[in-house]
Amino acid sequence: MALAELIWVVPLAPLVGVAALTLFGRRLGEPRSGQLATAAVGISFAASLVVLGGLLSLDGHERSVVVKLFSWVPIGDFSADLGFLVDPLSVTMILFITGVSALIHVYSIAYMHGDENYPRFFLYLNLFVFSMLLLVLGDNLLVTFLGWEGVGACSYLLISFWYGEEANAVAGKKAFITNRVGDFGFLLAMFFAFGAYGTLSYAGILEGHAANSTATAILLCLMLGAAGKSAQFPLYVWLPDAMAGPTPVSALIHAATMVTSGVYLLVRFSPLLEESSPWLGDVITGVALATAALAATIALAASDIKKVLAYSTISQLGFMFAAVGAGAYTAAIFHMVTHAFFKALLFLAAGSVIHGMGGQQDIRRYGGLARLMPVTTLTFGVGWLAIAGVPPFSGFWSKDEILAGAWGYNKVIWALLLLAALLTALYMSRLMFLTFFGERRWNADEADPHESPRLMTIPLIALAALAATAGVLNLPFSHGVEFLGRWLEPSLGHHSAEPGFGGGTKWVLAAAAIVAAAAGLLAAWAIYLRGRVPPEKIERRVFARAWGYDDAVSNFVGGPGKGLFSALARFDASVVDGAVKQVAALPRRAGGLLRRVQNGLVRRYALALAAGAVALMIYFLVRAGL
Amino acid sequence: MDVVLAAASTPDFPAVLVAVVLTPLVGAVVLAVLPRRSSMLQPVAALFMLAAAALVAWVVVDYTAGAGGFAYLIDQSWVSRIGFSWKLGVDGISLFMLALTALLFPLATLAASPSRDRKSYFVWLLILEFGCLGVFLALDLLLFFLFFEVVLVPMYFLIGQWGHGNARRSAVKFFLFTMFGSALMLVGVLATAFLHSAAAGVPLTFDLVTIAESQVISASAARWAFLAFALGFAVKVPLAGLHTWLPDAHTDAPTAGSVILAGVLLKLGTYGFVRFGLYLFPEASRFFAPLMLTFGVVGIVYGAAVAAMQRDLKRLIAYSSVAHLGFIVLGIFALNVEGLSGGLLQMVNHGITTGALFLLVGWLYERRHTREISELGGLARPAPIMAAVFLLVTLASVGLPGLNGFVGEFLVLLGAFSSHRWWAVAATVGVILAAVYLLWAFGRVFWGRATGENAKLPDLSWRERLVVAPLLALILFLGIYPRPVLDRMEPSVEHLVQHLEEHAPSGADSARPSVGQASP
Repeated sequence: MALAELIWVVPLAPLVGVAALTLFGRRLGEPRSGQLATAAVGISFAASLVVLGGLLSLDGHERSVVVKLFSWVPIGDFSADLGFLVDPLSVTMILFITGVSALIHVYSIAYMHGDENYPRFFLYLNLFVFSMLLLVLGDNLLVTFLGWEGVGACSYLLISFWYGEEANAVAGKKAFITNRVGDFGFLLAMFFAFGAYGTLSYAGILEGHAANSTATAILLCLMLGAAGKSAQFPLYVWLPDAMAGPTPVSALIHAATMVTSGVYLLVRFSPLLEESSPWLGDVITGVALATAALAATIALAASDIKKVLAYSTISQLGFMFAAVGAGAYTAAIFHMVTHAFFKALLFLAAGSVIHGMGGQQDIRRYGGLARLMPVTTLTFGVGWLAIAGVPPFSGFWSKDEILAGAWGYNKVIWALLLLAALLTALYMSRLMFLTFFGERRWNADEADPHESPRLMTIPLIALAALAATAGVLNLPFSHGVEFLGRWLEPSLGHHSAEPGFGGGTKWVLAAAAIVAAAAGLLAAWAIYLRGRVPPEKIERRVFARAWGYDDAVSNFVGGPGKGLFSALARFDASVVDGAVKQVAALPRRAGGLLRRVQNGLVRRYALALAAGAVALMIYFLVRAGL
Repeated sequence: MDVVLAAASTPDFPAVLVAVVLTPLVGAVVLAVLPRRSSMLQPVAALFMLAAAALVAWVVVDYTAGAGGFAYLIDQSWVSRIGFSWKLGVDGISLFMLALTALLFPLATLAASPSRDRKSYFVWLLILEFGCLGVFLALDLLLFFLFFEVVLVPMYFLIGQWGHGNARRSAVKFFLFTMFGSALMLVGVLATAFLHSAAAGVPLTFDLVTIAESQVISASAARWAFLAFALGFAVKVPLAGLHTWLPDAHTDAPTAGSVILAGVLLKLGTYGFVRFGLYLFPEASRFFAPLMLTFGVVGIVYGAAVAAMQRDLKRLIAYSSVAHLGFIVLGIFALNVEGLSGGLLQMVNHGITTGALFLLVGWLYERRHTREISELGGLARPAPIMAAVFLLVTLASVGLPGLNGFVGEFLVLLGAFSSHRWWAVAATVGVILAAVYLLWAFGRVFWGRATGENAKLPDLSWRERLVVAPLLALILFLGIYPRPVLDRMEPSVEHLVQHLEEHAPSGADSARPSVGQASP
């Protein structure tokens, strides 16, 4: 038996965790419920490694195994199985999902200490991991959609985890509904795909043939779905609010895993992308660039540590979408993996800071924490250098590859991405300096900063090690060391763009990326540590207000949107029901019929009807001799 | 002719359907002789309903899908002079309507007990079940009409006598609306029988299968007859525009009444469309399909928008039914296997989820004596189990994959998309809207800070948990493994679609795009 067929263990382990925590969570209590959930994800990670081994033992072209569990929705011409597709792409996904999840579970055991709903937190966390695994493992769009909606529901529940606060409840709902707008696209994509290919399975769609326009329509609809889940313009508005959830949730769901689903989905369809209309790439890169640049400027002026990281996530997802649009699929997945490491690290370290500062999240009230929280500072520092694109940290390599892909696609896009990379280095350095260095802007009586317990720092150290070194997954020096690229090739077909330029250009592009990162770093150093330029120069009010876009959306939904609904409700009460009342009142005016009705005519008629029916029934019974 | 369509296997227990229908009626008679204040009223009523449920469960398990014809046929001439017969039978289309009815009645009966005149209350409930079961089994037009009318009476009394608020007014409104529809339906029944008899040159008969399979009625006459039936069903569904009795009746009815109204009674309309619209009048059904689809889409969007503005929790759920039934109508009039199966599945799903929602709201009302959403809040803290159950049911109602609501909704939209693309696109917007009002309601009621009486709300009792447990189990089971249901439905649905293609071939406007064979 091929080891790859053990894939069902991977999602089963967290599912068992969900069942156990549903039934016995309260009885297990703290910390055993957390340990159980962690063990479940640990088993899942171990099983993923076994599957990886199984896949590696096969030849390249055989590395695509479909494991069918049962037929889920079979009716008429339609059929969708609950089945898994095990190939390099999905295995890459499950490895980093289960690995990062396991570390975040460990961290949460300590972070959630003392919460009255401790077992429920781990129940949701395991349910999330299960759904996320379904999403990436599904061998057809319907199973992916099952996971897609499952992670959405878990995200909703976890954002609103502390539901006692009205704002948290509202943020969860906002996330769910905004994602539903994207789901509209996902559903339409499935309908189009079934109409064109007669199946929803990836194999059937990617090997099938359909008109260019149909492929384009499917991908446009999927792009809408991806924009919702992966927080791209214009649907990104829910992600900053999602920071209302506990910090491990922000790290796991709203940084490392769920929000990358959209990128995964489009990469899964990369062979189709190649067949569709060429302008589709421009649409995707356009949306991606707008998102990357817009979110970077907002991050520059945000003052809540988690909001800075949230906008940074939106911006980094923009980089990944830009890679997809430019045809650099390996680069998109590479950056997804390195981003999962360094952004999960940054969030968890931020959680450690918030933990140490007694819940304070405003970076204007931080400062000089480096001495007091050495491990947190050091690990956060690794994440900072990685996201800023400083070699040899992982983010440099993956971002460089995206920039190289963009150069091959369109020089203007490359230039704008480079600018976004500069902004990234700038706002992340601002965050780093304001938090850990400089003067202390807090009073000793309101906060007692201290290093976090071992259970929280060990995951930080592990993630820091990964964030520092993950670049070796895909080094650009020769084809031999492009491990990820060669590994993913069977999933991406032969389409993944090979930059059509020589090694010399590569070095120049890398140098440009390093210069951009250095410029951002130096600018932040000058502004925030040396005070050469007042911060107001770059922290524009328009940035802090997110260019007014969030407000515009809320105002529209709360104003004309709600107005339309309530107008309809008034219409229903006055016009539709009113017309009925008028009709009913006509006979009353004519002769008081309705009054007689209300005085018992209906009652008498009803009784007569019942009596008649019973009499007929008796007649029948007698006749039939029953 | 009937024999051809009957399932090939001879059942071991041919009279089982008679037993199913009569069990509640016998229960009503037994209850009638019990003392007025007996403590046995509720248990005895439930016992008879559970007996009927057991019989139906046997039918569901025993039913072999076969060729899609009617099984367990009973055909007993009643008034032979006019060709009226007691003809009962079940196929994949009615099977799960039967199951839903048999499931919801005992649960609604056990869920709550009225404070006064309990004897009449339970007797009416039993008679109501008798009527509902009869509607789904009748294969004779006149018999169907009689059962259809029988249902009205107990419902009228249940709302009027044991309801809340403006119960009398709502009961009368319900009665007048449905009577108006029924009157035209009676005309339709008689006209269809006479037209068939005249055109085929055979003695008068009300036999559904005979009339439907012969298709001798002229197209123009059939369209008029279709409209007469359709109006009766449209009130029951209700289609947008004819729906205003629904929020009043649902809101003012006692808990059991609301559960049965939403869970079973509304489906009399949609079931009627399938059985007496599509099957009897295939050409007219196709002719009017765009109109019906439009009504479905309007219902989806309009129902959701109006629901979002309701301040009374029960009224909000009532309006959500208008939207959900819109989906069902959309699926039925897609006139293909996917859409029809989705619509039928969604009838079952809506009964389960909305039934559960009305149970929960009823229990909430017993505790807090208000249904105003603004008066409630933060209930998840004092009542975590009620909150968890409510959440699961809400998510099922929103159509979350993995729960029952999704599969039906998906098939409805898929079917509609392949026959009438733009209607389906508009309807898909309803998927967004459903999340808006249901999650808003859930958040306002269960999240936030609990103060005053809200903070002391007792959680679900063990009896309440047991009543709702079967519904929760079905929500999960049908979401993950709907196959037992789909497999039993499929041959009957395919038979119906073939019937439609045969007598009203899908024209250019409704031809599905070139679809290859689905992957095996």
